Amino acid sequence: MIGLTAFIMGLVLTMQLRPSMADYGVEAQLPAIVAIAVIREVGPVITALIFAGKIGSSIGAELGSMKVTEQIDAMEVSGTNPFKYLVATRVLACTLMLPVLVMLGDAVSLYGAYLGVNIHTNTSFTLYWTQVFDNLVFGDVLPAFTKSFFFGFAVGIIGCYKGYNSSKGTEGVGRSANSAVVVSSVIIFVIDLLAVQVTDILGY
Amino acid sequence: MHAELKLDIKSNKVMIIKGLCKSFANNHVLKDFNLELVRGESVVVLGKSGSGKSVLIKCIIGLIKPDKGSIHIFGHNIPDLDHDELDQIRAKVGFLFQSNALYDSMTVRENLEFPLRRHWLEVNQKEVDRMVINALEDVGLAHTIDMMPVELSGGMRKRVALARTLILKPEIILYDEPTTGLDTITSKEIIELMVEIQQKYKTTSLIISHDMNCVRMASDRVVMLIDGKCYASGTVKEITQSVDPKVKLFFE
Repeated sequence: MIGLTAFIMGLVLTMQLRPSMADYGVEAQLPAIVAIAVIREVGPVITALIFAGKIGSSIGAELGSMKVTEQIDAMEVSGTNPFKYLVATRVLACTLMLPVLVMLGDAVSLYGAYLGVNIHTNTSFTLYWTQVFDNLVFGDVLPAFTKSFFFGFAVGIIGCYKGYNSSKGTEGVGRSANSAVVVSSVIIFVIDLLAVQVTDILGY
Repeated sequence: MHAELKLDIKSNKVMIIKGLCKSFANNHVLKDFNLELVRGESVVVLGKSGSGKSVLIKCIIGLIKPDKGSIHIFGHNIPDLDHDELDQIRAKVGFLFQSNALYDSMTVRENLEFPLRRHWLEVNQKEVDRMVINALEDVGLAHTIDMMPVELSGGMRKRVALARTLILKPEIILYDEPTTGLDTITSKEIIELMVEIQQKYKTTSLIISHDMNCVRMASDRVVMLIDGKCYASGTVKEITQSVDPKVKLFFE
């Protein structure tokens, strides 16, 4: 799902930018501009939002249903710390895997952008990637990669918190799943806002 | 590594509850509840829905912290114990949940292995397999070992949950509404199984229920939980013949 969305985003972004860039006579810079937009902003945020929708809701619903069916209590009675067994593992997995998904999404998105570039021009694959990498610097990649760890942590911890504190009944489970997605999505934008301020202060 | 608790397993009084109080906001669920459990006996705590039976049993196993009072099991006061100490007590106290609480992402085998691996980390795979099979044979469900909980009927799920409770060979078994949601025939089968297990393993049972069949078939003693207190206590005969209007209401 992330691959498909990223591909479409890359393609659409390229097609939307082309007319404006053509007006200013900088159409040749299209691969560079799209690459910077995808790597710095679009890739991490879109991937994190889809991740929140899919993984955040599933964590919220799974832990919520475990809570209402007393499985978490059973775990505690069985001598297991449910926080370590259920929460720590999920938060760690989300924190470590979202950056990997972002990298994958970025790559697919840039491939979509390549197709977008080739709708009106005939740019070779090698030339396109050369233009992309020539204009990307370490300062584009590092902040984006770093903030995706925070996005993953937020999705994991919010999903677990909402599920773990689910109220009784199936309605409570539904509410936990829904709330996990909504809160995670908002927090992703808040983290993004903070990340851009920090990046700005650090001069990236 | 946490220090090992010295459990007074040989004592005749395996559980002593004194002055137990628990409130949720302005709802005073338990008010000065007292109970003593003698080795090998089967006590049914009877009370209407919302009377605090499940709160009582969750206080006993340490899932809910009481506001006041003491719960001594094998000589240790449960509310005073930390997590590791509580785990050592829990290895000797089985708990059958009202909803069975089987882990639905695990097979029956994995469900049974779970408490074994958590409490007895040194046990080898061969021993684990033997104990799982034995526990399932005790409840007559050895053939379900590789099935998922969702593939089992309500009665079978209850039996598997009971097998999971039995696998650690507990001294005390706490049953939270063991027949809730089951039809009359399956309820009777589960109660018979509980009695059979108690006789075979000489366990002490505390059964929370409002099922009269359970009271008649499985109890040595009945405790009436009314208004948050141990309102009346006695044998089934004594309780059913009581002239107290609040007690009579249950049997009419």
